[in-house]
Amino acid sequence: METVKLIIDRRPVEVPKGTTILDAAKGMGIRIPTLCYMKLEDLHYENNPGACRICVVEIEGRRNLAPSCKTECTEGMVVRTHSPRVMNARKTVMELILSNHPAECLTCSSNGYCELQTIAHDLGIREIRYKGEMSTFQIDRSPSIVRNMNKCIMCRRCETMCNNIQTVGALTAVNRGFNAAVSTAFERDIAGSTCSYCGQCVSVCPVNALSGRNTQQPVLDAIADPDKIVIAQTAPAVRTALGRDFGFEPGTLVTGKMVSALRQLGFDYVFDTDFAADLTIMEEGTELLQRIGKYLNGDKKVKMPLMTSCCPGWVSFVEQHFPELRDNLSTAKSPQQMFGAIAKSYFAERLGVDRKRIVVVSIMPCLAKKYEASRPEFAVEGNPDVDISIYTRELARLIRYANINFTDLPDSDFDRPLGESTGAGVIFGTTGGVIEAACRTAYELYTKKPLPKLEFEELRGLEGIRSATIDFDGTPVKIGIAHGLGNARKLVEEVKNGTSPYHAIEIMACPGGCIGGGGQPFHQGRMEVLRKRAAALYQEDKNKTLRKSHENPYIQELYANYLGEPCGPRAHKLLHTHYFDRKEAVNMFIQENQEK
Amino acid sequence: MAQYSSYILVCGGTGCRASQSELILENLKEAVEQHGLQDTVQVIRTGCFGFCEKGPVVKMVPDNTFYVQVKPSDAEEIVLEHLIKGRKVERLLYVDPETNEQVPDSKHIDFYKKQLRIALRNCGFINPENIDEYIARDGYVALGKALTEMTPESVIKEIMDSGLRGRGGGGFPTGLKWQITRKVQAPQKYVVCNADEGDPGAFMDRSILEGDPHSIVEAMAINGYCTGANKGLVYIRAEYPLAVERLRIAIRQAKEYGLLGENIFGTDFSFDINIRYGAGAFVCGEETALIHSMEGLRGEATVKPPFPSEHGYKGCPTNVNNVETYANVPVILLRGAKWFSSIGTEKSKGTKVFALAGKVNNVGLIEVPMGTTLREVIFGIGGGIKDGKKFKAVQTGGPSGGCLTAKHLDLPIDYDNLLAAGSMMGSGGMIVMDEDDCMVAMAKFYLDFTVEESCGKCAPCRIGNKRLHEILQKITSGNGTIEDLNMLRNLAGVIKDTALCGLGQTSPNPVLSTMDNFYDEYLAHVEEQRCPSHQCRELTQYFINPEKCKGCTLCARICPVNAITGDRKVPHVIDPQTCIRCGSCIEKCKFGAIYVH
Repeated sequence: METVKLIIDRRPVEVPKGTTILDAAKGMGIRIPTLCYMKLEDLHYENNPGACRICVVEIEGRRNLAPSCKTECTEGMVVRTHSPRVMNARKTVMELILSNHPAECLTCSSNGYCELQTIAHDLGIREIRYKGEMSTFQIDRSPSIVRNMNKCIMCRRCETMCNNIQTVGALTAVNRGFNAAVSTAFERDIAGSTCSYCGQCVSVCPVNALSGRNTQQPVLDAIADPDKIVIAQTAPAVRTALGRDFGFEPGTLVTGKMVSALRQLGFDYVFDTDFAADLTIMEEGTELLQRIGKYLNGDKKVKMPLMTSCCPGWVSFVEQHFPELRDNLSTAKSPQQMFGAIAKSYFAERLGVDRKRIVVVSIMPCLAKKYEASRPEFAVEGNPDVDISIYTRELARLIRYANINFTDLPDSDFDRPLGESTGAGVIFGTTGGVIEAACRTAYELYTKKPLPKLEFEELRGLEGIRSATIDFDGTPVKIGIAHGLGNARKLVEEVKNGTSPYHAIEIMACPGGCIGGGGQPFHQGRMEVLRKRAAALYQEDKNKTLRKSHENPYIQELYANYLGEPCGPRAHKLLHTHYFDRKEAVNMFIQENQEK
Repeated sequence: MAQYSSYILVCGGTGCRASQSELILENLKEAVEQHGLQDTVQVIRTGCFGFCEKGPVVKMVPDNTFYVQVKPSDAEEIVLEHLIKGRKVERLLYVDPETNEQVPDSKHIDFYKKQLRIALRNCGFINPENIDEYIARDGYVALGKALTEMTPESVIKEIMDSGLRGRGGGGFPTGLKWQITRKVQAPQKYVVCNADEGDPGAFMDRSILEGDPHSIVEAMAINGYCTGANKGLVYIRAEYPLAVERLRIAIRQAKEYGLLGENIFGTDFSFDINIRYGAGAFVCGEETALIHSMEGLRGEATVKPPFPSEHGYKGCPTNVNNVETYANVPVILLRGAKWFSSIGTEKSKGTKVFALAGKVNNVGLIEVPMGTTLREVIFGIGGGIKDGKKFKAVQTGGPSGGCLTAKHLDLPIDYDNLLAAGSMMGSGGMIVMDEDDCMVAMAKFYLDFTVEESCGKCAPCRIGNKRLHEILQKITSGNGTIEDLNMLRNLAGVIKDTALCGLGQTSPNPVLSTMDNFYDEYLAHVEEQRCPSHQCRELTQYFINPEKCKGCTLCARICPVNAITGDRKVPHVIDPQTCIRCGSCIEKCKFGAIYVH
């Protein structure tokens, strides 16, 4: 490997050719602050427009300062990362950025997690000398995402995420100079754009210009209402990430503390979405077997491959960008919605109360779940199956709000019957987990034999697109997996062109799956955070005695006493849904504007 | 077939067209026909003559009689008097402002005498819409020579030896750029002509494209041959419809003549040119932003390296040169690097075109050898300062250049001298200021432009320039403090040091150079709340000298805000609270009784 020798802060260093000054310095333990720069190497996400100019360094012989994130080391280079000239420039630029950023830290939901705040603090900014006109944008509130462009610092991370990784193309920079901002096409509201609500823009935003819609108050109101029975359901990925907001290492499982905290908050029942995940596997696994069966029998009408439908960001992506393929989506509802439907039918009946007295609150790693919960088809006479969906960070805020000492909480168990789950339900939270869980069940239902090995290692990992052929006792079942909508697009294009080799495809809109969801505590560009969360889920799966959905005794009871057969009439009514063509709306809007 | 013995050249540049030169052209043609001269006299629409101050311009060939400020109604007289009776129309001749004498032809006009026209060699001489006229002036000979007698390496060597540097602003050695692009191995390469001329008041690229479009077509083909590109793109602003039209005609004609297309001059070299339109963003003159704009992306600069020579349009190696740079290329190949490098200074060879504007007598487009002093340009060619006022400063390099002063007047103009003096060559804008101009207001004026034209990508340019502008606003309205001046200098320095692209890195130049050279004016604004040039409205007050005022009441009647009161035949007074300092009263007062302080 070709290397170059250079001097950084009076220390010699040798690095591979092509290394940036930022990385070279990092390797020497020299921290150069960065703001717009973000890299998630496993996800191929790299945002380095060289726009914020916070990471500038001084290079001997160079006329101006150089952005260290964009400047490669060259032989003999002499770099100073903290010279007076550099520090003055950094501080001045920081003051400029702060001069057009509302100083609302105390009331900002990113207070304490804001990267701008951290760097301003580190640079010791005590006053903003360069004050002046500030941006005045309307705040844009969608069901899932709120855009407050007055806080935007034009780092462009969201744009890179939305366009390069997710290929959704909802966000782009518009206007020039001081009026430049990240916006949607024709500066429409986010709800009228091609946004799929995956929330990845929020997860990379350093400053809360993009944030999740806040629905904590309705939760508190419901709990305070003596007439309401308030039920919590917690998604698998939440328990691996929640602890981070209370000082736990990334990937620490805090399931028991989370359940205790929810009880302390006043929820009447604390259930697990993992239970519904097991239910999803029963339905989706059965559906998969039915479709494969028909397909192998030569049925030309059956839509293959079957595409998973548990991710609402992915579902809206299909509805908006590939509506012609919406019949490939499994008709099984997502675990969140299955839970809501069961809670407000089966469980309500068991309690002997009207569904309207029950308030289902879902705690999700996800922003799109808010939108999903609000879809009108998931309601009975206007009463939604899931009343309120909050995301992980919101739960953390509620716990703080109620003065709960999270770190010292004892562990406790979910309530029964909707709190019991298998390891299969747990791994729903990471990419590849849904299809692995489905395979565990489908294999045994199809072959009527026990699985020789539970772990499908070939389905795991963070590679953007993965594939595997699973031997169903002589029948090879081809599986495709993608996480991140850009990777999903590649698999969907194959389906569209008729070249897809798969029987089933699992898609999660967020890179890494739900562990990297837009509602999770911020990873701030640290890839290991996501890796550790995934590892934690597989660990939880391992710890479970029951690891196959169809072995969940409460699931078995639910079918025996209430639902009947998987994919049977009652199951179909409660647990399946249908999809819409939403491309028209997007096209109509574009046409409208072209005519203007 | 007609055998022309005389030609009437009518300026068809954008400036003269705005003053009805098209109608002059029509009327002249009509008059020629009415007098039955159509077989001996040809009326030709040329490109810009450069002497825009005196436009519309009509030139008679062969005697070079130079008629200025011609009106459509003068056509008949020109034909009748000049062509039939053989007498010059004296009232239309140019009058030398110093000697007050009429000048019989262009060869004796100081404005032209002191110029050396290489890039502008054909502007105002040929009909730009006729390829034959270009060919008659050795057009496409250089391309033929390059393709049939020279290797790409030897052409590049010739350009390198000539010392030609980029005329768009950066001053990068052109030959070296070509060589770098040539050396990159790639299946597809592009050459691009940067015709996104954005400096306010600058119009050299437009004039070359309007007056001599074939020179660009030819030079781009030569560049393609050297760099290994078979596709050329001209990025031109859509606001230049005439230049676009003439370029289109030139490309079409070149294709018809086989000078573009497959197997040019029977060689295996093929080359084609397409036009891409810009929407007028100044930043798109920066080559990376220009390339993104052509790609259909947002016109934003990206960090270099990678340079376009390695990673340009659609990721392919792309050689971007400016219009004026290209215009020099064919001449260099025809007359040799030695000849070209004999012109100019040690490190800046050849000539430079400037758009001379501002408070100078002869506003227009000029071309002078590198090394010509500012004094020669402003007082020689430019004819000195308007209305006999005192020279104060000259701003070179467009909106992001610096202001130079009287002490720089004898500075030989070249890339390095201008940079050392705190300004830059830029694309060749040159704006002259006189004693009436306030340098703080001037800096603010330029900041207005860069604030408007910043793409908004990097923080120093997006927010910093806005803040610079706000501080200047504060100072010019009398609210500035000494601390503001320190902050201004610090901020300007940081923007220069940290901005991403050339636009941002140079945008503080007007501030820094005026602070360096006219600090006393800044001090007067902040310490005494006084604008020495009486230009900053908030700092001026209007007074009526009671000794001169006759009480005619004209000013009181004309004042739009009724700030002036007084009885007939009694000296009037201005209420400073009401006065909006519009200047109407000063203009109308017949007795010079109103003054500003």
